[in-house]
Amino acid sequence: MNILVCLSAVPDTTTKITFTDNDTKFNTDGVQFIINPYDELALTKALEITEANGGEVTVISVGEASIDPVIRKALAIGAHKAVRIDTAAKDGMHVAQSIKQAIEGQSYDLILTGRESIDYNGGQVAGLLSELMDMSLVNVVTSIEIDGSSVTAVRDIDGGRETVSASMPCVLSAQKELCEPRIPNMRGIMQARTKPLEVVAPSGDYTQTDYVGYELPPAKEGVKLIDAANAEELIDLLRSEKKLL
Amino acid sequence: MILVFVEIEGDAIKKSSQEALTYGADLASKTNDTCAAIGIGSADVLGDLGQYGAKSTFAVNGAGLDTFTPEGYSHAIHEVAHSNNANTIIVSGSYTGKSIAPKLAVKLNAALSTGVVAMVSTDAGFSVRKTCFSNKAFTRVSVNSEKKVISIVPNSYEVKAFDNHADVTVVSVDASSTIKTKSVSVDKVQGKIPLTEAELVVSAGRGLKGPENWGMIEELADVLGAATACSKPVSDMDWRPHSEHVGQTGITIKPNLYIAAGISGAIQHLAGVSSSKVICVINTDPEAPFFKAADYGIVGDAFDVIPKLIARAKELKAG
Repeated sequence: MNILVCLSAVPDTTTKITFTDNDTKFNTDGVQFIINPYDELALTKALEITEANGGEVTVISVGEASIDPVIRKALAIGAHKAVRIDTAAKDGMHVAQSIKQAIEGQSYDLILTGRESIDYNGGQVAGLLSELMDMSLVNVVTSIEIDGSSVTAVRDIDGGRETVSASMPCVLSAQKELCEPRIPNMRGIMQARTKPLEVVAPSGDYTQTDYVGYELPPAKEGVKLIDAANAEELIDLLRSEKKLL
Repeated sequence: MILVFVEIEGDAIKKSSQEALTYGADLASKTNDTCAAIGIGSADVLGDLGQYGAKSTFAVNGAGLDTFTPEGYSHAIHEVAHSNNANTIIVSGSYTGKSIAPKLAVKLNAALSTGVVAMVSTDAGFSVRKTCFSNKAFTRVSVNSEKKVISIVPNSYEVKAFDNHADVTVVSVDASSTIKTKSVSVDKVQGKIPLTEAELVVSAGRGLKGPENWGMIEELADVLGAATACSKPVSDMDWRPHSEHVGQTGITIKPNLYIAAGISGAIQHLAGVSSSKVICVINTDPEAPFFKAADYGIVGDAFDVIPKLIARAKELKAG
């Protein structure tokens, strides 16, 4: 069972977001980058699957050398080898096409990734890869079971969950609850230093979109405090001032 | 042609699809185009989409389309888009929309924009506004492609009433050869409003001290006709199902009203709820960071405050 896990390096969840260059660039000054939390779940699940069924986990990421520490962490958690496509990720299509080209000629039974990255929140890569690679797709999954040549997964749907069986090869995107992320141990960290991290040249520009500017949400005007003794006033204010309820 | 995919739920089309359809109709009038709806399933349910802005409707059915699969549905939509020369496909950012939008973008060689929260701007080229950094910011994305697939965040575009009439064309598509997945079973929480579509949400956190105390949260939600939500620690401790977790690594919501009791308002939680139109915070700690993001605040104990809100809401409901 060969599994490819697509990872992206994202700002730590506690990051205060700011922009530079007249609000056209994300300010990475002092920002700690981590494995995208959903991708980390995908990685952990991939390791659980190969531990039970045999096989190898390869992680792949699109990014410049600055993300190598994040990739090394994935190796420390347990991935067998890693590939970095040496270019800054531009949009979902750029990432998916770059990955497709980089793994040309290799065969994977499963491609796992997170349901979205927590920086650009596109949620695009799993769906794009499934279409580009002609693989089955189960998006936003909380459970994956392997049975011979088929996969059974539970995916989120609006207002509930659906159990889906899919043919392999299959692309799945991880949702919270898929598994518990693993913390790398000292042995893993030591081994990660010597595990292969192959750097490949980008194969082309595939982008059709361009992030031209950023803005922060407007600040709230200030909170209107209501005395707890007359808490019921809140209901009346929501009706009279906000035309709600 | 702008083609809007509408999802059918029971015998009606979903609210998030009505929003997508209004969006498509507004975009069509902005760009001198026509807006058509496409639904997969019964022509009866799709009979009256003119009221949401469609000028015509395609009702698609055929082998392989009885239940949703990303591959079958995207194949069918692409067939219709291709034969009608659609330049733009709009879907709602529901779980269904999220599964098919990328596949459609590849099939059409279209630029894919997801997480879109406002009408297209045509001031300088074609650009959309989307959330980024898990709702901590917005970005403007210029779309440099003739063909486009756009996915709209639920609750971000208001449904308008149109005076159109949309004739229904029934189209038969055989998608059976594309099918790679199969629905085994569906487990839906009956009678509950999906969080992403809810206009009113009552949420609670660790301040409630234990899962046994959620009765009053559910009662308040029930009286108001709201959905219930919770903070990350609460779902991590299994006090509440993970499907209720709102925040950066949970569900992002943008209801008209968000009432939060016993949630301090960590940056990760705010990311998931800060687009709510009105935020009310109830917390014993006057220094809780959530008050800075709130429109209304009550410094007090949820166990004292929530019953008062329930009582007043009931009074007003009784008339």
